[in-house]
Amino acid sequence: MSDIPAAIEFKNITKTFGSITANSDISFEIRRGEILSLLGENGSGKTTLMNMLSGIYYPDSGKIYINGNSVSIKSPKDAYKLGIGMIHQHFKLIDVFTVTENVVLGLPGKIGLDLKTARDRVTEICKKYGFELNPDQKVYDMNVSQKQTLEIVKLLYRKADILILDEPTAVLTPQETENLFKVIRNMRDDGKSIIIITHKLHEVLAVSDRVAILRKGEYIATVNTGEATELSLTEMMVGKKVILNIDRPEPLNPVKRIEVQGLSVVNAEGIKTLDDISFELYGGEILGIAGISGCGQKELLEAIAGLQKTGPGSSIKFHPTDDIKDVKSLIGKTPKEIRNYGIALSFVPEDRLGMGLVGSMGMPENMMLKTYNEDNSIFLNLKNPVKSAEEIKNTLEVATPSLNTPVRTLSGGNIQKVLVGREISSVPAVLMTAYAVRGLDINTSYMIYDLINEQKKRGVAVIFVGEDLDVLLAISDRILVLCGGKSNGIVDARTTTKEKVGLMMTTLNNVGGSQDGK
Amino acid sequence: MENKIKKRREPLIHISKRISVAAWKAWLIRLGAFLGALTFIALFVYLIFGINPSDLYSTMFKGAFVGKNYLIPTLKAAAKLLCIAVALAPAFKMRFWNIGAEGQMLAGAMAAAFVMREYSAMPNWLLLLVMCLFSIIAGGIWGLIPAVFKAKFGTNETLFTLMMNYIAAKIVDYFYNIWRGAKSALGLINGNVLQKDIYEKGYLRYFWSGKNDSVWYKSEDTWYIIIIGIIAILMYVYLKKTKQGYEIAVVGDSQNTARYAGISVNKVIIRTMIISGAICGLCGFMTVSFQSHSISSEIAGGYGFTAIIVAWMSRMNTLAMAGVSVLVIALENGSQAVANAYSTSTGFPSSTASIIVSVFLMFIIGSEFFINYKINFRHISAKEVA
Repeated sequence: MSDIPAAIEFKNITKTFGSITANSDISFEIRRGEILSLLGENGSGKTTLMNMLSGIYYPDSGKIYINGNSVSIKSPKDAYKLGIGMIHQHFKLIDVFTVTENVVLGLPGKIGLDLKTARDRVTEICKKYGFELNPDQKVYDMNVSQKQTLEIVKLLYRKADILILDEPTAVLTPQETENLFKVIRNMRDDGKSIIIITHKLHEVLAVSDRVAILRKGEYIATVNTGEATELSLTEMMVGKKVILNIDRPEPLNPVKRIEVQGLSVVNAEGIKTLDDISFELYGGEILGIAGISGCGQKELLEAIAGLQKTGPGSSIKFHPTDDIKDVKSLIGKTPKEIRNYGIALSFVPEDRLGMGLVGSMGMPENMMLKTYNEDNSIFLNLKNPVKSAEEIKNTLEVATPSLNTPVRTLSGGNIQKVLVGREISSVPAVLMTAYAVRGLDINTSYMIYDLINEQKKRGVAVIFVGEDLDVLLAISDRILVLCGGKSNGIVDARTTTKEKVGLMMTTLNNVGGSQDGK
Repeated sequence: MENKIKKRREPLIHISKRISVAAWKAWLIRLGAFLGALTFIALFVYLIFGINPSDLYSTMFKGAFVGKNYLIPTLKAAAKLLCIAVALAPAFKMRFWNIGAEGQMLAGAMAAAFVMREYSAMPNWLLLLVMCLFSIIAGGIWGLIPAVFKAKFGTNETLFTLMMNYIAAKIVDYFYNIWRGAKSALGLINGNVLQKDIYEKGYLRYFWSGKNDSVWYKSEDTWYIIIIGIIAILMYVYLKKTKQGYEIAVVGDSQNTARYAGISVNKVIIRTMIISGAICGLCGFMTVSFQSHSISSEIAGGYGFTAIIVAWMSRMNTLAMAGVSVLVIALENGSQAVANAYSTSTGFPSSTASIIVSVFLMFIIGSEFFINYKINFRHISAKEVA
């Protein structure tokens, strides 16, 4: 590098949220005319850092330099003035407006709107960087890739020199991705600085000039892409294995409980969120699910629980237990129909208050959420729910002013205890947990691990969706790795390594993906 | 990450949501708001019209409660308001913004009036039964239509129910004009004393007409108030104690949770709106049969909208709604009495009565803000250093 100042320089940036440190003493720089990939696991602090650059958060300490000048970015407006623009995963466009109208929306100016000049400039920008965009097209007529292009044009129109793209390829087809990379390179050659947040290692290697790696809120290193490999990047991203003291009993005479074949889910936007997933789940084992967030974990659990419409050819079979004599297909069944089969399926969803609990109600009313309709009376019977609420309160040490306090007002850990407690108290045959310990302190986390292990010993088939690889490797018997909605194989959690799982999460169909740990 | 706290430059005043508030504290805030409104209005009326506050409030109180000629109208109007608010309660608890109570009541009233006029040959007990039944069905249908569209197509229920009001009003106007014929107004249905066989048919008081009707239970007003009181109690039990009431609360809190629990959200929405509309329809029947003995598009009198305020102020507690309804009507009638008493002597215009009611409602509804939120002032000395 010559002595031209860097486009952006972070110096000792620290940001905390309550007791959680999202960014700790981060220092690195982004040069002019380069594409930098920002790499890190979930919760490594990438988004927080970028939000500070775009004025959504303000750092607790540390400085940001733009072109060598110390700046204070207090609002998105400040960021805009400094030529910083961010494209979020969820587009911020007005559907009924045209491309040009969306571009000029929110720009300061006179009362009269000069759409013609704006239209000409949009055309000019498109020509310069090779975008294929019709300035008169309405947004509702556009596909995802075009919408993304429009977001980029919007920033360029505002003369942004620094562009941040948050997982830009998550919604694109390979071909669209290739196109995107082409225009990104064009922009780089024009002297712009581009930061791409992504999890896909092969894309990192394909498009970026340098890669900056964050891990658990700390800055690890910046490497030249030319000198990096998928393996070296993964190692830096996941770090050394941490030994956790989580119990892992051997599965006792496992019996097949659930068999999933060719499961697919298509979401409302028509995107395949789950694609051809197959696995078997045994009673008495914990099957971990690993994957970058949003890779189909939610859809997988909800499909089994009867809350997701599944695509054609999907099959989910429940195999006989002591109480249920024959194989039951769970496809197209509602949670109620599954329950009416006599299948005790417990599910701790990711969204605790939005799906697992009723926030405005107290513990007893939440206890009876799935069982209130078991007798034939038209009236509610609160006797048993009150009893089980008391039991859970005492055994799990739920801190609540009274049983009837709305659960919404409890702390995250206590809300989770209420939910996990209810799901376990129903004596399930299958237990599915999504991010069971997210946001919980160490003690509560271990309490939840113990509860899950107890269920395993009872012969329950457990699916454990986790985000901390150390925990997943320590508690699971086998791990199913999801990558972009596809299965990347099942590994034996006792023998696999963190690097291997990390690599499987980020790169489809890679080394050792097929060996079954069973 | 629930405990994300945005730390910025701290402003002088900032507002934070209260996690919970003790009941006595909430009532103290409401009482404070009520006293605040009293003071504000006393000052306002005294400064502008020179009416002594004690005269003002004693006139208001008398105009609302003292004497048969004032107390009964207050209670009757409050009962009507209560009935509609009770009908709204299950829908609002489900977060289905039914602002079509006006139309649902008109639909019920229309059905009752139609049966009353066209089938007056039936024995009176049967006629009343059929009127009641048709009113419930008509109101239920008026509630069902927006619910089906909401459940199947996700249409906006606020606009839909609002539009249904106008449709109902126009249907009533249509029949009103046909039935009225060449007369200037419709007058009472079955009200011609010369047509002896159908005179007062479909009225509750037909049962005791011409006989001694001074006892309390031979009064249409009494039954109007009693039946609506019973409906309020039944709705309270329905919402608090039954499984269907529980389902309504779960759907209102989170539709995803309801699905997770195995509750059919669409079924609950449709069922609840039928109930909501049916009670409005029933209110329409009772108003036609026990009160107006006629029909017009004015029969709901805007109560379908006032009831929304009542339902919210009572937080969907139908027993509390009884008190709030009486309060709202007492304010209206009391203010009107003040207008009547002082309009000539001080130039107090009758529209000022509406201002008084509005100020009270503003204060009381505004106090909910202070119950839900806390105002924090910056402590400069105690400023945290991050």
